[in-house]
Amino acid sequence: MSEELLRIDDLHVAFSTRRGVVEAVRGVTLTVGAGEMLGLVGESGSGKSVTGFATTRLLDAAGRVTGGKILFRGQDVTKLRGDDLRHLQGAAMSMIFQNPRAALNPIRAIGLQIADAILTHKRISKDAARAEALDLLRAVQIRDPEARMNAYPHELSGGMCQRVMIAIAISCNPALLIADEPTTGLDVTTQKVVMDLLADIAAARGMATILITHDLGLAARYCRRIAVMERGRIVEEASPKILFNAPQHAYTRRLVAASPTATSRIEDLVTEEERERYATVVSKPRQEPAHGTPPLLEVRKLAKRFDQGSAAVADFSMTMAGGESVGLVGESGSGKSTTSRMICRLIDPSEGDIVFDGQSIGHVASRDFHRSRFRKDIQMVFQDPNESLNPRYSAFDCIAHPLMRLDGQRAGDALRKRVEECAERVGLPLDLLPRFPHQLSGGQKARVGIARAIACRPRLLVLDEPTAALDVSVQAVVLQLLDRLRRENDIALLFVSHDLNVVRMLCDRTIVLRNGGIVEQGESRALFDNPKTDYTRKLVEAIPHIETGEVLAAAL
Amino acid sequence: MTGLGATMVRAGRRLLSSLPALFGVLVFTFLLMRVLPGDPAVFFASGPNAGKEEIELIRKQMGLDKSVPEQLVFYLSDIGHGNLGRSMMTGQPVLKDLRERLPASLELTFTALLIALIAAVPLGVIAALRPGSVVDHGVRLFCALGVCVPTFVSGLLLIYVFYYLLGLAPDPTGRIDVFTSLPPQRTGFLSIDFLLAGDLEGWWAACRQLILPAVSMALFVIAPLARITRASMLVSLGSDFVRTARSVGLSWRKVVVTYALRNAILPVITIAGIVFSTMLGANVLVEKVFSWPGVASYALDALLSSDYAPVQGFVLLMASLFVLVNLVVDICYGIADPRVSIE
Repeated sequence: MSEELLRIDDLHVAFSTRRGVVEAVRGVTLTVGAGEMLGLVGESGSGKSVTGFATTRLLDAAGRVTGGKILFRGQDVTKLRGDDLRHLQGAAMSMIFQNPRAALNPIRAIGLQIADAILTHKRISKDAARAEALDLLRAVQIRDPEARMNAYPHELSGGMCQRVMIAIAISCNPALLIADEPTTGLDVTTQKVVMDLLADIAAARGMATILITHDLGLAARYCRRIAVMERGRIVEEASPKILFNAPQHAYTRRLVAASPTATSRIEDLVTEEERERYATVVSKPRQEPAHGTPPLLEVRKLAKRFDQGSAAVADFSMTMAGGESVGLVGESGSGKSTTSRMICRLIDPSEGDIVFDGQSIGHVASRDFHRSRFRKDIQMVFQDPNESLNPRYSAFDCIAHPLMRLDGQRAGDALRKRVEECAERVGLPLDLLPRFPHQLSGGQKARVGIARAIACRPRLLVLDEPTAALDVSVQAVVLQLLDRLRRENDIALLFVSHDLNVVRMLCDRTIVLRNGGIVEQGESRALFDNPKTDYTRKLVEAIPHIETGEVLAAAL
Repeated sequence: MTGLGATMVRAGRRLLSSLPALFGVLVFTFLLMRVLPGDPAVFFASGPNAGKEEIELIRKQMGLDKSVPEQLVFYLSDIGHGNLGRSMMTGQPVLKDLRERLPASLELTFTALLIALIAAVPLGVIAALRPGSVVDHGVRLFCALGVCVPTFVSGLLLIYVFYYLLGLAPDPTGRIDVFTSLPPQRTGFLSIDFLLAGDLEGWWAACRQLILPAVSMALFVIAPLARITRASMLVSLGSDFVRTARSVGLSWRKVVVTYALRNAILPVITIAGIVFSTMLGANVLVEKVFSWPGVASYALDALLSSDYAPVQGFVLLMASLFVLVNLVVDICYGIADPRVSIE
């Protein structure tokens, strides 16, 4: 390994919270060589971001380094004060953050923000700083940089904002860049462009990078060495090849198994020990619908125009059979969420018709649809499990509510029995039912959301990115749950997602959307293995793949 | 400057949309005055022993013998011609009275708001920089006191301390010593007119008269301004972009002032507009305590003597000012926040 730039030695970080002191980092030891790109991978709460913030001295007031050293070029960062610290921040090490739009000052032109960073560390005139800022915008490949200098963050896309953030971070040529989930929340194609750019810049400038991410595939694509963190400790550190083919630690094994790949199947997502229970269910064959059965859902030439006139969705047609699963994929702005909401009858289509079970429901106004008898049959699971549960309803109330409103059930033993049945169905322990959403974990909240959706025994479940906010291990369990519901209860799934690997596993058929129109559709595996359009190919290629043994062997 | 243009268009649209509200205010106050007990004709008759005929004559003179809708039509057409009627109390046209007295009220309110902002913003910022510290609690206590003590009490206290005990302040009656020769009226704001006339001595006298009433009014509104500054400053300081600013090592001043405070000041602008409008109407107590010849005390006197025209004129003036202040706030906001003009 090349010359050592950063050495973290037995680092401990604690946060003082209302419930006492919480140790977020418990003895992390790491080294980063000059010019190296290290991946720091873990699930939420593993302490990976806290490690990054401790290194750049950006912990918030409640957090404190309680032990260990962070040596940057032999100097202990944790002991720096005042000016020494400011000379370090930005000039020697800098950081880019998860939510690029929020990370930029909303009311300051981006050119000024870059110049601010330059002027802090260099004694040059304002004009010279402006010229340098312009060069940086060119370096991060922003089109029309002269005009963009005066733009504000809200006028730029998320990917553009992240490029500006990178420009700020590299403005003073730091030796170390810490990227904290730099592409989470960006589209796969944007993610690839931004990460490629970051890797190129780091290589060109000889900058060491720590890539903090929850996405093993992403880390594997860009890093030579990956450290896996769990509950404040590093459990394993190896090259991606070794990590994926021969993971040593149990947690790494679970993480690797849960990360969807191009070839993985739903049942592969858990490690062998946990697989037993699931296998018995999968083996049950799905009954094929009798020939000539009318489709469950038929959508004809659906279109949606918002006030401005341009169509968010145009000429969208599809059919779904009962118990079928269909994936709806595309980049943000492709109209996939709008389409799913129209089918759920949460918003009204401008044109076209929706036929459910032989009955036209497209013309029922969305605000009256709750009175339709089909409301029970079409249910939705939303993206954010935190935001989509009423904070003042307990888990029990959440699941019972649709039963009372749509099924007309009264509070009593029958209701309680049905709620408990649903909870059991989604694997939610019954003793969690009296709890409120804030007392549940992300995965548990997702289960409540699904239990609520299946409470009235729907025939079509529309899922809008149901696992986007979840850790991979939780996502694996939720995906298995959904697949099981489909097989056992014959619920059709319309699955909206930007994660192609997940869609490939879960869905029989996939529809690719772009700018509100269908680009390509077909049987999932065929579509992904052999995309017919450039757009789909671009989407597929942008997914960070975890190279499995066979692929690696072929490459060697 | 497309941003500024868009803001102007928005402001114009806002102005148009407020016209119906203004009309509503007109009609509402008109009707309200008519249902209030008290007969203005009796009040303005020559004396308690005025005969029925005399009262009837006055009634006819004032147009009170006509039906209420008729009166309303007359009133509206008068307003259309810029005639707000005549005050029975002063015997002058209401428009003239208001024009004479409005600058006094505005000068007082502006000064008070300025003092309040100068005190409140730094207090809020300091409190936000050290939340939970002694300073924070001190600011909170000060704000609570400011709100709890009514303005006339704090006004009287200030007079007692600075005029009676210390003798620092001048005689707390009116805008200026009666013997001072007034400057030629240009803006109506005495302090500015004196400056324009180059009379520094007069300017100083006017300022000395102004300071106590302005401070006692400011004390009352420091609390909401300081609290909102503190709250929005806390949000700003905890935001991602401040963390970004810190991550590249910007100086403390730059982080706090350029990044945090400029964002935090946006809600303060809105609140300041609301506070200003409230102060204009609510400063009647201060005007009374300091014998300040403003519009609020004028309207109160008119109300007590069932003098319709001045009260209606006052309410219309306040409503128009409210619209105007909101407009100014809108424009300021549009300039301060580039995101607004986009919508």
